[in-house]
Amino acid sequence: MIRAVVRYLDQRSGAAPLVRKTLRYLFPDHWSFLLGEVALYSFIVLVATGTYLALFYQDSTAMVTYHGPYGPLQGQEMSEAYRSVLNISTTVKAGLLIRQTHHWAADVFIATVTLHALRIFFTGAYRKPRELTYWLGLSMLVVALLEGYLGYSLVDDLLSGMGLAIGNGVALSIPFIGANLGELIWGGPFPGTHDFFARMYIFHVFLIPLLIAVMLGAHLALVALRHHTQFRSERRQTERKLVGVPTYPGQTPRSLGLMLAVAGVLFLLGGLVQINPIWLWGPYHTYAATNGAQPDWYLGWLIGGLRLVPSFDLTIGHYTVIPNPFWGGALFPMLVFGFLFAWPLLERRWTGDTRYHNLLDRPRDAPGRTAIGVGFVTWVFLVFVAGSADRVYVFFGLNYSSQLWFYRGAVFVAPFVTGLIAHRVCVELQRGEQVERRRRRAEEEARAAHA
Amino acid sequence: MRARAKDLLVSAALLAVGRRRRRARRLRPGEVERIVPEGPPSEGGELLALALLALGTILAVGFVVVYALDRAPAQTQLMGATLGSSLLCIAAALIVMAKRLVVTEEIEDDYPVIEHPEEQETIAQVVEDSGSRITRRRLFKLAFLGAGGALTAALVTPAASLGPFLRIKYFYGTPWRRGRRLVDESGKPWRASDIEERDFYTAFPEGADKEEEGSAVVLVRLAQGQLSLPSELAQYPANGIVAYSKICTHAGCAINLYRTPLFPPNDPSPPELVCPCHYSTFDPGRGGTVTFGPAGRKLPMLPLQIDSRGFLRAAGNFDEPVGPSWWGVRLHGPTP
Repeated sequence: MIRAVVRYLDQRSGAAPLVRKTLRYLFPDHWSFLLGEVALYSFIVLVATGTYLALFYQDSTAMVTYHGPYGPLQGQEMSEAYRSVLNISTTVKAGLLIRQTHHWAADVFIATVTLHALRIFFTGAYRKPRELTYWLGLSMLVVALLEGYLGYSLVDDLLSGMGLAIGNGVALSIPFIGANLGELIWGGPFPGTHDFFARMYIFHVFLIPLLIAVMLGAHLALVALRHHTQFRSERRQTERKLVGVPTYPGQTPRSLGLMLAVAGVLFLLGGLVQINPIWLWGPYHTYAATNGAQPDWYLGWLIGGLRLVPSFDLTIGHYTVIPNPFWGGALFPMLVFGFLFAWPLLERRWTGDTRYHNLLDRPRDAPGRTAIGVGFVTWVFLVFVAGSADRVYVFFGLNYSSQLWFYRGAVFVAPFVTGLIAHRVCVELQRGEQVERRRRRAEEEARAAHA
Repeated sequence: MRARAKDLLVSAALLAVGRRRRRARRLRPGEVERIVPEGPPSEGGELLALALLALGTILAVGFVVVYALDRAPAQTQLMGATLGSSLLCIAAALIVMAKRLVVTEEIEDDYPVIEHPEEQETIAQVVEDSGSRITRRRLFKLAFLGAGGALTAALVTPAASLGPFLRIKYFYGTPWRRGRRLVDESGKPWRASDIEERDFYTAFPEGADKEEEGSAVVLVRLAQGQLSLPSELAQYPANGIVAYSKICTHAGCAINLYRTPLFPPNDPSPPELVCPCHYSTFDPGRGGTVTFGPAGRKLPMLPLQIDSRGFLRAAGNFDEPVGPSWWGVRLHGPTP
């Protein structure tokens, strides 16, 4: 039976050699290699749940009066978009489950992409011949951030609107073209024309997912063409020899199991752990806002950046060149991603290392890289934490402006401190290993001398 | 060279012979050589995997039942629990199979060769050879560059319909003009006597679109001694009432926090208007200057007057353009 099917398909496709190779393609084993896989499976859950939501969502800002089952909003004026998401959450059976699962999946997706990127950075996996894979991955992270932002903007509740207002402010702040760009995107000054939601919608449900899917395909194709990197845990693992578990039978049940486990956890979260209760915020108006609003975690570093910058516009006389939101909302992320994109080239220039690498470094093997990476992560993380200083004030009573002044200093100092500590730890770990090795050799020699 | 080739041949032959011998020992006549090595069956593993699959099946059916049951209490939670657990059970069954029922081979493979110099050369040669009939190469390059550039520009042109991107004047427009009454969210006009100290009111121009950024203003009444305005703004308040644009000049959120010292009067801190998005803080007693936070420009102030019936009216337009800043924001004043 198996043979008949295989023969039938091979005679018509000629794919047997390719399939044979694929079945015996090797996956080296380490827990950290699963992070990218989890991101992939979250993306699949996102596409599936998002498609379901799109069957009910209305991308219209036409004003309607709410007459649904949720009492507190009864009779309120709101956009058709917000009403449709309220209906998904209240009247569509399983709608709330799917919506919350979608939201959780987005948070997990970007979290695992980020962790995956850190793993790649600290093990040197981006080195030749895998720079293209790395840059594709980073590009996907950038696009995924935009996709997430559009996703929660489409809801058109109060938080969506505040987020969009800030996005508009940052767009306007781009020197020399900001106002023009803002008018192109929004169709005019904020809050823009009715077309604006149609534009966000086509980007969120079609253009960006398609872009991510294409980049994901290229990313995986490059990974497969060059094969996976590996840690050297056995002697037979070298720059030329790969040791791993084949796709079939070894890897297939593991990967399928992981995929279902990711989906399972996301549905458990979606069903049991409330996320973004949009009915509480009410509809957005340009003149309305709420205190204590926090964005999804992956935009926390941007709100931190926007809040940290002191009052300062770059002006020449009466002419404003660069308004304030540019520093924290545009320049800061450009620096962060600029550094990440440039890193493989920078490192190659500094170390002069142009060799091919299939074996991974452990962080301690490259103290310089680890130190720079730790300093960089500290920098971004401090800005991220600064974004929650208002919550710290509410919970612990620490004065908000003092906290902010602390962070304004710390972002310049702390990266160097943690970087130096990381360097020291790496060097000490290396030395410890050397001592261990020498001791073992001496013991062996002593034993040999006895015998 | 020859000696090395001989060594290689001998070792290859030895390897082949050695291998065949090893295989021949295992195989019975008529039996085909295995690719995936054998392993002992694991009855416990099979039972566990089957049990997990059965549980996953029951839970999946449970999801359908919960869905079908109208008015099940906490339906979302039950649906999430059944569907999520079902997926986790099947995932666990697969992991059990991977660990205990499928042979885990740790095999070696060569990394793919780093490069293919011959193919690279062929590709380059094909490209080079194909262009040999063209004599004016540089001209062709320029011509294609020009055509490509022009075509790209043509294809991008329709994007200009997205918005009036050259008409910056829209950013300066506000619905305020001299004599326009201030009304609340429901359209009821504000009387000067409605505005009390230590409270915070939102007002709109009568009959205008409330969603425009130029519309909403905040009204506060300041005590005597709390006002110290620069001379050009000295005429803006009416009877201690001041009005500022409600849209933060930093990133365009609505200012909705008013901090007045609620503790004893010996606290010297003046009242402040605060935006909840990035905590830009403005001083309403000094014409909306920035006292803390990121905003780089003062809050636009609206001149007020009180008509004979006690209603609040605008005495003109704002002193500054409204909304988040952009390049050249202060080149003009706001226009009605």
